Amino acid sequence: MSQIFRRSTNYISKFTIYGAIFLVGIILWLLLEFNRSSYYTQAFFPREQPVQFSHKHHVGDDGIDCRYCHTTVEKTAFAGIPPTRTCMNCHTQIWADSPYLEPVRESWRTGKSIRWTRVHDLPDFVYFNHSIHVNRGVGCSTCHGRVDLMPLTYQVASLNMEWCMACHRNPEQFIRPKKEVFTMDWPPAVWNQSEDNTPNKDEKWNQEIEGPRLSKEYAIKSTEAMTSCSTCHR
Amino acid sequence: MGELVQLRRIAKPSFEDGGQAPLDPQSSIPDPRTPNPDPQSSTLDPRSSILNPQSSILNPPSSILDPQPASRIAAISARLEAKRGKHYWRSLEELADSEEFQEVLHREFPENATEWNDPAGRRKFLKLMGASLALAGFAACTRQPAEQILPYVRQPEEIVPGRPLFFATAMPLAGYAIGLLAESHEGRPTKIEGNKDHPASLGATDVYSQASVLGLYDPDRSQSLTNLGEISTWSAFLGAIRPQVEAQRALASQPSPASQPLAGGGGLRILTETVTSPTLEYQIKTLLATIPTAKWHQYDPAGRDNVREGAKLAFGQYANTVYHFDKADVVLSLDSDFLASGPGSVRYARDFANKRRLSEEKHEMNRLYVVESCVTSTGSIADHRLPVRASEVEGVAREIFGKLGTGQPGASNKPEGEKWAEAIANDLDKHRGSSIVVAGDSQPANVHSIAHVMNGALGNIGKTVIYTDPVEANPVDGNSSLRELANDMEAGKVDLLLIVGGNPVYDAHADLDFGERIRKVKLRIHLSLYNDETSELCQWHVPEAHYLESWSDARAFDGTVSIIQPLIAPLYSGKTAHEVLAAFMNEPERASYDIVRDYWMKRYAAGGQPPPIKAQAATAQKTASGSGSSAQPATSGQAPQSATGGFEAFWRKSLHDGVVGKTAAPIKPFAPTGILNSRSAFSTPLPDLTQFTQPPPSKPGLEIVFRADPTVFDGRFANNGWLQELPKPLSKLTWDNAAIISPATASRLGVGKDVNGLATNKIGNIGGDIIADEVELEYQGRKVRAPVYILPGQPDDSVTVHLGYGRTKAGRVGNDAGFNAYAIRTSDAPWFGSGLQITKTGTTYTLAATQIHHAIDTEDLKARDIVRSGSLAELKKNPTLAPEHTREEHGAGSLFPKWEYKDYAWGMSIDMSSCIGCSACVVACQAENNIPVVGKEQVARSREMHWLRIDSYYKGSENNPETYFQPVLCQQCEDAPCELVCPVAATVHSSEGLNDMVYNRCVGTRYCSNNCPYKVRRFNFLLYQDFYTASLKMMRNPDVSVRSRGVMEKCTYCVQRIQKAKIESQKEDRQVRDGEIATACEAACPTQAIVFGNINDPASRVSKLKKEERNYSLLGELNTKPRTTYLGVVRNPNPELEHA
Repeated sequence: MSQIFRRSTNYISKFTIYGAIFLVGIILWLLLEFNRSSYYTQAFFPREQPVQFSHKHHVGDDGIDCRYCHTTVEKTAFAGIPPTRTCMNCHTQIWADSPYLEPVRESWRTGKSIRWTRVHDLPDFVYFNHSIHVNRGVGCSTCHGRVDLMPLTYQVASLNMEWCMACHRNPEQFIRPKKEVFTMDWPPAVWNQSEDNTPNKDEKWNQEIEGPRLSKEYAIKSTEAMTSCSTCHR
Repeated sequence: MGELVQLRRIAKPSFEDGGQAPLDPQSSIPDPRTPNPDPQSSTLDPRSSILNPQSSILNPPSSILDPQPASRIAAISARLEAKRGKHYWRSLEELADSEEFQEVLHREFPENATEWNDPAGRRKFLKLMGASLALAGFAACTRQPAEQILPYVRQPEEIVPGRPLFFATAMPLAGYAIGLLAESHEGRPTKIEGNKDHPASLGATDVYSQASVLGLYDPDRSQSLTNLGEISTWSAFLGAIRPQVEAQRALASQPSPASQPLAGGGGLRILTETVTSPTLEYQIKTLLATIPTAKWHQYDPAGRDNVREGAKLAFGQYANTVYHFDKADVVLSLDSDFLASGPGSVRYARDFANKRRLSEEKHEMNRLYVVESCVTSTGSIADHRLPVRASEVEGVAREIFGKLGTGQPGASNKPEGEKWAEAIANDLDKHRGSSIVVAGDSQPANVHSIAHVMNGALGNIGKTVIYTDPVEANPVDGNSSLRELANDMEAGKVDLLLIVGGNPVYDAHADLDFGERIRKVKLRIHLSLYNDETSELCQWHVPEAHYLESWSDARAFDGTVSIIQPLIAPLYSGKTAHEVLAAFMNEPERASYDIVRDYWMKRYAAGGQPPPIKAQAATAQKTASGSGSSAQPATSGQAPQSATGGFEAFWRKSLHDGVVGKTAAPIKPFAPTGILNSRSAFSTPLPDLTQFTQPPPSKPGLEIVFRADPTVFDGRFANNGWLQELPKPLSKLTWDNAAIISPATASRLGVGKDVNGLATNKIGNIGGDIIADEVELEYQGRKVRAPVYILPGQPDDSVTVHLGYGRTKAGRVGNDAGFNAYAIRTSDAPWFGSGLQITKTGTTYTLAATQIHHAIDTEDLKARDIVRSGSLAELKKNPTLAPEHTREEHGAGSLFPKWEYKDYAWGMSIDMSSCIGCSACVVACQAENNIPVVGKEQVARSREMHWLRIDSYYKGSENNPETYFQPVLCQQCEDAPCELVCPVAATVHSSEGLNDMVYNRCVGTRYCSNNCPYKVRRFNFLLYQDFYTASLKMMRNPDVSVRSRGVMEKCTYCVQRIQKAKIESQKEDRQVRDGEIATACEAACPTQAIVFGNINDPASRVSKLKKEERNYSLLGELNTKPRTTYLGVVRNPNPELEHA
C-alpha cells in the first residue's frame, strides 16, 4: 500500500505550521500598525466644523497670538475655546456680512453656543494639562504642528500614549525657551543666545545642548515622575 | 475559584500549609485532624477541618465524642476570658470564634461573594456569551466618537473652564447651620468642604453636608408642583391660595369673630421645622402680625425640645448653651452624643480633640466620662463608659450630684454607679471651672437642669459653659406644639395648613394620628424636597429648592448667621420657604434673593438689630393678576442710597466669608434660677433637687430608646444612597435599622446564634450578610416588626431603634428600607420608655452590616498588632504602646530593589486617639472619587465600594468593651504586595511612593485584591455606576475617572488633588507647601485625626507625627512599609476607677 501522503506533504505541512506562526505575527503587526495609522488616530484628517475657521488665515496671515483666543492655556488644563464674543470682537467690523460667518452671528443672536468638533480628543481617562506644558517650555507647535499653515485644523500627532511617552521620557529633546513657546516657526533658522537677541547668521538652535540646559533650568521633573501612571491617569 | 484558592496558598502560606498556626496552646482543643463526625460537612468541604482547627469544637457531635466535656467547656470559657481580657476583637462573632467568621476572615472575599448571582448562572452565561464576547473584543478597535466643544457665547467673569470655584454657603439641618464651601465646576456644585471661618465647621464637615450634593442631584426629588396629584403651575397655586388667605385676613380683622364658625380658632396654621433663619422669622412674624389669628407650629422629630425645656426649667426662660470643650479637662456626658450629633457637634469634636491630643509639648489629656443608653461614637472614645438604661441616667446624674458635696442619697440602683459617682464627683471637684457636664438631647428636661445646676455648682458657667439667648426664632416645645395642631385639626379649627419642610405624616408621633387628622383640614399645602408621605395627603405640593439652590439664611449653634447662597439655579423650579411665605403676603413674585437681601438691608440700616415686626398694611393689595411687570421685586437699585455703599460692602463680605460678622448670640449671665448664686463653695450643701420632680423609678422589663439615625437622620435623607450605604458608626449596619440589643438580652430572649455561650449575630452564606431574627416590638399597644441586631456595649434590657426608616414615599432608594420606628413612638415618651414587649416571630431578615467585612487576617489572631492602645500611665512606661510579646522582626531585608524617593514622598498619619468614627471621611471620599453606591444586596455580599472604611475593634467584656476606631484606606505600601501580582501592570508604583491604580489597564483579575493584606481594594463586580441618569452626571468630579464594571479601584491619596497642587506649585517655581494638599478625608475630618503630607520634608506635620513613638504601621511585620501609619490610642482613665 502506498503512503497516503506524498513526500511533498512534509513541506506543505511545515509551511503551514510556520506560516501560521508567521501569519499570527503579521496580523499582530498589522493591528499595531493599524492602531498607529492615521486612519485610526485621525491624524491629518481635518474635522468638519460648523464654521470653516482657518488658523492659517488668523495665525499665519493676521499674526494673532494663540492666547488671544485660547486664553486659559497658561492657567488651566483646558486651553480654552473662545466664546462667540471673541469672534465678534472683530467680526462685527470685518466680514460682518460674510455668509461663512452666519453660524457665528447666529450664536451671537440666539445665545446658543457654536458646536465645534473637537480635533484633539484624548481618551477620558487621560488628564492632560496645557498649563504645565506651556509653563515648562513645550511649544504649541511641538504637539499641534504648524497650525499657522493649516487652512482647516487637523491633528498632526497620533496622540497615542507611545507619542506622549516619547517626550515624557526625554523632554530635553523637545523643550524650548519659555518665551518661544508660542512661536510657530520653531526651531528658527537663526538663533542667538546672546542677551540682546541680535540675529547671528552663524548660529543655529542646538537642541542637544540647549535642551538639557533648559530642562535643568525649568526644574523639569525626573523621568520617573513624568512616567508615573498617576501623572496622567487618575 | 480553584485558581484563586491556589494563589491564596502562595500568597499566605501560614494558614493552609500545616494548619497548626492558629492552634491555641492554652486550650485543650482536640486534634484538628480528627475525622469530622459530621459526614455532610466533611464531604462538602474537606479542607474545613484543617483550615479551621477551632471549627471541630463547634460541631456538636464532637462534644459527644469528647470524653471530658466539662473540662473542655471550661477551657473554652478560659480561652474566651483570655481573649476578652487582653485582646482586641472585632465583632461578637469573632469573640465567640464562630466558624462562619473564620471563613469570612480568611478569604479574600467570603465564599459565594464572588459568585455570579443571577439565575442564569455564570457558566451558562459565559457559554452563551462566549462568541459575542470574542467579537466584542474587536469593538474596542473603533475610533472614539467625535466629541463636541460648546464654548460660552459670552464667557462669565471668573469662570475658567477646568478650574473650580468655591463659594461659601451653609447647610441648615433641623434649623441649625453648618458653614460650608461648595466646589463648583462650571456652575455645577460637586463637592462640599467645610468653611474655616464658620464657628460650627472650622473647615470640617459632617456626613450630612458631605452627602448633600447627592441630595441636590437626586433624580427622585420632586420635580413639579402638583395639585391633587396632577402637575400644576405656580400661578395656579397662587390663584388657589389667594382667596383662602384673604378670607383668613378678613376673618382676623373682624371685630366679633365669635359669631363665625371658623373664627377664634385661628384657621391659618403654619407648620415648620425649627426655624433659625432671621429672614424667615421676620416673614412669619409679619404674617402673624397681619393675621393675628394665624398660628405658627414647629416640630422636628429629632428636635431639641428637651434641651430647650431643660434650660427653661433651670433658668425660667429659654436659653442656648454653648460649650467650650477646648477649655474642659473633665467632661461628663449624660447620654449625650455631643461629638457626633446635634448642632455644633463638628465644632465640639474639633475642640475636644484638640484638648485631648498629645504632642511633644503637651502631655496632658482631658478625661471623658459617658453615661449612655445607646452605643454612640462619644461613648466609644470615652475614658470611662457606663451603659445604663435611658431611664437610669437621671439616677446616675443625681448620684453624682449627690456626691458633689450635698450628701444627698442618689437614686442610682446600680452598685457600679455608686463607685462611678464617687470617682466622677471627685474628679469634677478637682476641676472646678474647667469641667463640663453635658446632657443628651434625648434625656428629659430634668437631666438637663441637673446638668445646668452641676455646671453652676462647679463654677463652669462663664468659663467652659456659656449661655446665650436662644438661637431659634421662636423656641417652643415642638412636641406640644404639634399636639396642639393635631388636636385643633381634629376639632376642625384649621382651615388652611401650610407645611414648610418636614414630613409630619410620616414622622409625627403615632398617638397623634396625624395622617388621619390632617384630612380634616380644608386646604393643605406642603413645601418639600420630595413628593413624600405628607405631600400625598396635601392638595398642593410645592417642590422645595435644595439649600444649594436657595437664597436664605440660618444660624449656627452659637447664633452666628450665615447667608445661604445658591450654587445653581433650581433644577426643578423649586421654591424656597421665603417665596412661599411671600405668596401668603401678597408678594407672589418676589424672589428669595430679594427677600433675604431686603431683610439684611433693613437690618443693616437698623445697625445690625433685627427690624421691628409690623403688620402688613391691609391695603397692600398688589394684584397678582398683573404679575411680571407690576409686581417689581425690590432690587438693590431701590435701596436707600445712603446705605447702599456700606451695605453693599457688608453684603459682599458676608457672602464671601460665609458668616455675617458679629452675629453670634451675646453671652447672657444666666444662672440656674438663682439657687446657686450664694453657694459658690462646696462647704455649704447644694440645693436639693426636689424642685425637679423625681423620676419614676425605672421599671423592670425592657425599655425602648428612640434615636435619630446616624446616617438618614429623621428620615429626610432616606433617599440618599451615600448615607444609606454608609455603615453606621459601631453597628456598621447599612440600608436598614434594627432593634439593637445587648448580647445578654439576646441570650435571654433567645435570638441570634448562640456560639460558645455567647449570643452573636448569625452570619449568612452569601458572603458577609447577617441573618437576623425578626421580632415584633409592641409598645403602648402599637406593634412593628423589626430585625434584631446584637451589639456589644448596649445596655441590657434596653432596645435601641433608630428613626428614619420604613419610608413608603421616599424614592427609589429609600422606599421599604428598614422598619418605621415612628409607628410605635408616642408623644408622651418621644425618646424612651419602658414596657416594651418583644415577641419572636420565627422569621428572619437579612441585614447588610459591614462589621465583619474586610476583617484583617493575621497569622495569629491573639498576637495581632492591629490596634495599639494604652492609658496615659502606660504610655509613659511604654511609649510605643507595642504589645509585650515582640513579633519576629523581618528586618529591612527585601527582595524589592531599593528605591530612593528624591522629590516628594507622600505619606499619611492617622491618629486613632482622635478618631471618633463619625464617618464624614467615608462620605467625603465617596463624593470626591466618584465612588458608586452598590445597594443592600451587594453590600451583604461584601461588595461595598468605599475606599475608606472605619474598622472598629473592641477590647474587654462584650457588655461594656473598650472601643477603638481605625480608618483603613490603601496603605500605599512602599513594597506593595498587590503590584507584584498584577499581570497587566495596572497597579504600579509612582516615583513619589503612591501605589497608582490605572483603571484603563485593569482587566479585573482581582489578583491584587487577593494579595492585599489590608483588604482595601474594591472590585466593580457589576456595573455599579449609573452612566445614564442625567442629573447624576452633573454631580461627578470631573478630575477622577468614572470606573466601569470589571475594574479594580482603590484609594490613591486623592492623587488628583496632589497633581493639581504639584502643577500649581511648579508653575510658581516652588515646592508644594505643607498643608497645601488636603485629601478629601483629611479635609472633612472634624477632629483632624488624618494628616497628609510630604514625608521627605522633615518640617511637615506628617513627618513630625511619624516621628512620635506611638507611630506604628498596620501589619508592620509583613514588611510592606506602608506610607499610611497610625498613632496608637491613648486613653486617660481615672486611676480611681481603673483598677476597680
